[in-house]
Amino acid sequence: MSANSWTIAAARDALRKGEISAVDLTMSCLTAIDAGDGLNAFVHKTPEIALEQARAADVRIAAGDAPAMCGIPLGIKDLFCTKGVPSQAASNILKGFRPEYESTVTTRLFGAGAVMLGKLNMDEFAMGSSNETSAYGNAVNPWQRKGSNVQLTPGGSSGGSAAAVAADLCLAATGTDTGGSIRQPAAFTGIVGIKPTYGRVSRWGIVAFASSLDQAGPMTKSVRDAAIMLQAMAGHDPKDSTSADIPVPDFEAALTGDIRGKVIGIPKEYRMDGMPAEIEALWARGVEMLKDAGAEVRDISLPHTKYALPAYYVIAPAEASSNLARYDGVRYGHRAKLAQGDGITEMYEKTRAEGFGPEVQRRVMVGTYVLSAGFYDAYYNRARKVRALIKRDFELVFAEGVDAILTPATPSAAFGLGEMADADPVKMYLNDVFTVTVNLAGLPGISVPVGLDAQGLPLGLQLIGRPWEEAALLNYAHVLESRAGFVAKAEKWW
Amino acid sequence: MAIDIDTARKVAKLARIRVEEADLPKLAGQLSGILGFMEELNEVDVTGVEPMTSVTPMRLKRRADVVTDGNIQAQVLKNAPDAREGFFAVPKVVE
Repeated sequence: MSANSWTIAAARDALRKGEISAVDLTMSCLTAIDAGDGLNAFVHKTPEIALEQARAADVRIAAGDAPAMCGIPLGIKDLFCTKGVPSQAASNILKGFRPEYESTVTTRLFGAGAVMLGKLNMDEFAMGSSNETSAYGNAVNPWQRKGSNVQLTPGGSSGGSAAAVAADLCLAATGTDTGGSIRQPAAFTGIVGIKPTYGRVSRWGIVAFASSLDQAGPMTKSVRDAAIMLQAMAGHDPKDSTSADIPVPDFEAALTGDIRGKVIGIPKEYRMDGMPAEIEALWARGVEMLKDAGAEVRDISLPHTKYALPAYYVIAPAEASSNLARYDGVRYGHRAKLAQGDGITEMYEKTRAEGFGPEVQRRVMVGTYVLSAGFYDAYYNRARKVRALIKRDFELVFAEGVDAILTPATPSAAFGLGEMADADPVKMYLNDVFTVTVNLAGLPGISVPVGLDAQGLPLGLQLIGRPWEEAALLNYAHVLESRAGFVAKAEKWW
Repeated sequence: MAIDIDTARKVAKLARIRVEEADLPKLAGQLSGILGFMEELNEVDVTGVEPMTSVTPMRLKRRADVVTDGNIQAQVLKNAPDAREGFFAVPKVVE
């Protein structure tokens, strides 16, 4: 098995034992990346930086100073600002932008010795569920249906991250999740993705979409890897006023596999009309696995679930319209060519029309509308009230002793690229139906691959935890992962 | 609520995104669809509920009121589409 297909845990142990060098490990990923261009996952490759960081990691490892992430080659979502390296959020409006600073997450990862292989494809400004809104063109899922060569979406918005990890182009990748953008692509590609509690990971230096919902997290080949990488990403940052100043526990040490007596809630509202039988069956299997491990499974109700998507699609665009006001063609990124006599208003309007893709334009305009005079109360304030009720639903079940909640991760397996092209925008939004509640309530959620559907595509289950209890959540996920025994890999066609 | 073409034009103007006249009907239709989806929120009884303002109950930290950076003009201007003599350059703002 070539080194690029290793887990972080395996690579860490091999590096420390001197069985492989960080440079060789990095080279195996760089080779896989060059052979993986058909996936369009890496959109800016940084082999020189990678090798320089790998050489430095080897020096640290030789000196016995090797944190767990030292020498581990990663892909970085294009949403993270990386100093001197293109960081354009998959948007034409940030074409050519090379930040003069480094995001807190990448600073922490590189400080721990991690290696950056390059930047990863995504939906433009993280707005999308299929990677099809990217200015780079879509990333492609390494998985295909049995006996078919139809190209499938890797999901979104962290689709490039998911494709790269699933295809073994890197050991792990960073993702961000505003409504499901880590968990849905992880489920579509058979990998693990965790969205931490809001405030666990600093947002500083991550291009903002919806600031009260955005949260970064790792996308990895195993739950143990998620624990290791989250450890390196998490922690208080004075530069993000919403980052929590509380201790970060040892996540890997929490993976005991013992969940006896823990209470897992099964919310009846997540059993949607028209849910595919395979998803229902997968969910039932997950319940059996947790029961078998000694957990108590309890039916619960989260009565406002149905309103999460419409509330999200008020709040997220409202915040986006405000955050994206900064793209005005003045300080960075694209500026439209102006005609004779054009003033500053024409510059703004032409720049933003040329720079933003159709989905981003739509969301900025929806956000502008719901925040405009006369509609603020009817839409935005009402959505924030409903959000409070959604959060309260979770607080009530946690207060009744529920430790975590098990749900499907997505309403379907990966769909074909282009299949939703003519669909109503709202139909695409339904992809987030099981994940978006978690962002609204600020909770941690993790997607774990559990099985394959009849067509041979991966399906995932989601576990939702109590705030700040990622350690316990990772342990439940670890149990689910061990019992599911998901080891399938995409057959290489690229 | 259905968005008519005039409203779509106004929203585009407020958002500072140029939309061609010919594209306004399609935009109005899509915005109407999305806003129609949001109407579901009207089913919820929100009497006495305070709008959620912070995700986790925490006091915002205060930092010392001191200068922590500066003298980075070149870095600030580095990515500007048009920078001249230490300033961002823009088209004429006032007549």
